[in-house]
Amino acid sequence: MTLFFQILGMCLFLLVFLVLYRVVFGPGIFNRAAAVSALGNKTLIILLVIGFLYHRVEMFVDISIVYALLNFIGTLAVAKYLEMEQRKL
Amino acid sequence: MIVTKILAVIFMLGGLFFFLTATIGILRFPDFFTRLHATGKGDTLAVFLFLIGFSLYEGFTLTSLKILFIAVFMVLAQPTATHALSRAGMRCGETILLHEEKKEEKKNDSSI
Repeated sequence: MTLFFQILGMCLFLLVFLVLYRVVFGPGIFNRAAAVSALGNKTLIILLVIGFLYHRVEMFVDISIVYALLNFIGTLAVAKYLEMEQRKL
Repeated sequence: MIVTKILAVIFMLGGLFFFLTATIGILRFPDFFTRLHATGKGDTLAVFLFLIGFSLYEGFTLTSLKILFIAVFMVLAQPTATHALSRAGMRCGETILLHEEKKEEKKNDSSI
């Protein structure tokens, strides 16, 4: 089962690198914001996989909860900020 | 006991598949709204499947209850965030790439 979690973590790591292309080269700020939101989801799952690999899930699950909340709040804040900037112009 | 482990592995592989499709969508689609469509739905389902799988693998403990809490929260939060981002993009004038515009661009390129 450890081998399964290792392979799962490696696949997710590869997917994070693929999404990172859209974060770096994406045209405009909205594509970057969407890609960062997708990247946060993958990071949340990677944190839990690391917890299962180290047999310390009860510690990593709290970090994962905080990461999910911060990702949600950050995406909402970016969307609201860009909308307000547009209204001012 | 072994049945729940096998079910957990099946759920995790399904989540990995949906993460892969969402990543291909965010890389290959031509437009902001189509990219958001791919990543919003695909990532929501993938995170949900992954967390259900982790919860089944963990068993009936407080940790699995916390993981289920994250799953319920993500199912509520991810569509909200996607909707807010798409509304902001609509009001800030992100362009929607229509099929006819693409054809016209091709015609212009050939005429030049």
